[in-house]
Amino acid sequence: MNNQARGRRRSAALRRPPIAILVIAAIAVAFFALPFLGLLWRVPWSDAWSLLTTPTSLTALRLSIETSLWATALSIVFGVPLAWVLARHGFPGRRIVRALCLLSLVLPPVVGGVALFTAYGRRGLLGDPLFETFGIRLPFSMAGVVLAQTFIAMPFLVLTVEAALRGLDRRPEDAARTLGASRWYAFRRVTLPAIRPALIAGAVLAWARALGEFGATITFAGNFPGRTQTMPLAVYLALESNPGQALVLSVVMIAISFGVLLSLRDRWLGGADSIGADR
Amino acid sequence: MSIDAHFTIQRSNFELRVEVEVEEGEVLAVLGPNGSGKSTLLQVLAGLEPIDAGTISLNGVVVDDAERAVFVMPELRHVGVMFQDCSLFNNLSIVDNIAFGLRARGMRKAMARQRAEEWLERFSLESFGRRHPSSLSGGQLQRVALARALATEPSVLLLDEPTSALDVRAKAEIRRDLLRLRRERPVTTLLITHDPLDAFALADRVVVLEEGRVVQSGALDDVAAHPQSRHIADMVGLSLVRGEVAEGVLTDSSGAQLIVPADTPPGRSVASIRPASVSLHRTQPEGSARNSWLMTVADLDRHPERVRARLTGPVPLLAELTPAGADSLGLVLGDSIWASVKASEVTVSPDLAP
Repeated sequence: MNNQARGRRRSAALRRPPIAILVIAAIAVAFFALPFLGLLWRVPWSDAWSLLTTPTSLTALRLSIETSLWATALSIVFGVPLAWVLARHGFPGRRIVRALCLLSLVLPPVVGGVALFTAYGRRGLLGDPLFETFGIRLPFSMAGVVLAQTFIAMPFLVLTVEAALRGLDRRPEDAARTLGASRWYAFRRVTLPAIRPALIAGAVLAWARALGEFGATITFAGNFPGRTQTMPLAVYLALESNPGQALVLSVVMIAISFGVLLSLRDRWLGGADSIGADR
Repeated sequence: MSIDAHFTIQRSNFELRVEVEVEEGEVLAVLGPNGSGKSTLLQVLAGLEPIDAGTISLNGVVVDDAERAVFVMPELRHVGVMFQDCSLFNNLSIVDNIAFGLRARGMRKAMARQRAEEWLERFSLESFGRRHPSSLSGGQLQRVALARALATEPSVLLLDEPTSALDVRAKAEIRRDLLRLRRERPVTTLLITHDPLDAFALADRVVVLEEGRVVQSGALDDVAAHPQSRHIADMVGLSLVRGEVAEGVLTDSSGAQLIVPADTPPGRSVASIRPASVSLHRTQPEGSARNSWLMTVADLDRHPERVRARLTGPVPLLAELTPAGADSLGLVLGDSIWASVKASEVTVSPDLAP
């Protein structure tokens, strides 16, 4: 018998959670797992391939991936500086600004869509001059989809990165400055690498949220196949006309999200495995 | 004047008001307990904290003037800092850590790496270049931090507790490296420490900080002989004897012998003796494992609560006694007196000075 293995097993037994906790946790796992099992159970597997490769499905899939990646990129470009200012820069009214920027996190997305309309719509606060001056029209366009997704998804990245920046040891940055690094150089070479895990985690969360965005998108960008009809919209629409297709599309979305979460967790997120590791 | 700082900096519960001047090439030790403002002084000089009143000049250039709203950013001050916790960049290899300052100043990568390799060699760290900070010991990290601070060839070097949190051996190694550096290329240095051995080994002059004020400054020997406060007395009063240890006895270059704890490893060593461990007697004291020498009282420093006597003889000693004790001995300047120290009261550390 391998002594080390026995020792590990005995020490795991020593710290095993109480039975009641194990039972409740198992119920929670079942609560999450059952809907997915149900989905897999109801999918018309024999027609799955043909349903998936219909033009509607493929177009929605491509549009979803494209727009969600754009939304993630915009969230990083604007979200990291925003998180930096919120975490590091004391200014009057910071709490109000912070609440404002994170509002869409708790808002019903449909309300977010309505609000977007009043600002960036054809007759909106900014939408009107945009259209009159440049002829740019955001609603009911692919850019509108990206805008709606970014509006809903960016707070996830901001929250994650802001928390990382707040918890970051600032002394290496100070050291960098004394070594001749400008603020910008120290940010790129010292701060950014240090918050990389949080940045990736935040980007993944934002991306997943953008991929699943429904309410704000359909309100602000509408439901035009090939232009604004993303996967969630296509699923919702297909539910009435073609339930089988809705099921297949749902499974595809779950597979993509699940795959990304699994592959990222261990490598970059500092993963659940290492947090609870037996050391 | 390489460093000329006269300033006040205000914190919610603390005010640091100091005047510090360091000549070119001089090493000034700043001694003081935790919370005395030592680290704040370093931050101010490095440009990481702006002052509230006064001026700071480095090499004749005003870098911070509260009244005239002058402030030179830390990256433009050309000050090398070795931080207490090293503050190395964990995402970079050791060689890239050392090359960082050169890269930040625009040097090409290959060139900066090559320079960094030279610094690694100078500190006998060449085998660690590709490794990351997390795999190095505390003493090695300190040497990397020192090499990184020196790689940009700063005109002023600030060392924050370079030997704290190290074991005796690693402390001695860092002191050796700093001493060698001093000999090879004298850099104006401000050394912050609470370990008087650092000051004894490296400094020309000391400044003692307490609660945000300079309470005493001058040559270390003078400060040790005439401490202005209980705290300074405790901190700087050490008597040092250098020599070779063999079988529990340290022999110095003049042949004087000092009995040290029996388990002291042999080799070149520095013994330190606290003044309170030295007792004085009119007749030669008896007892095993006890050092005793006939000494001459060269200096007497009387305070209401203590008397400090500088003694010359086979080994130089500082002794401290109560005023009552001094009176009952009838201690006067020029007296001959027996001084004794228990072997167990002698602290010995390895001497790596070149």
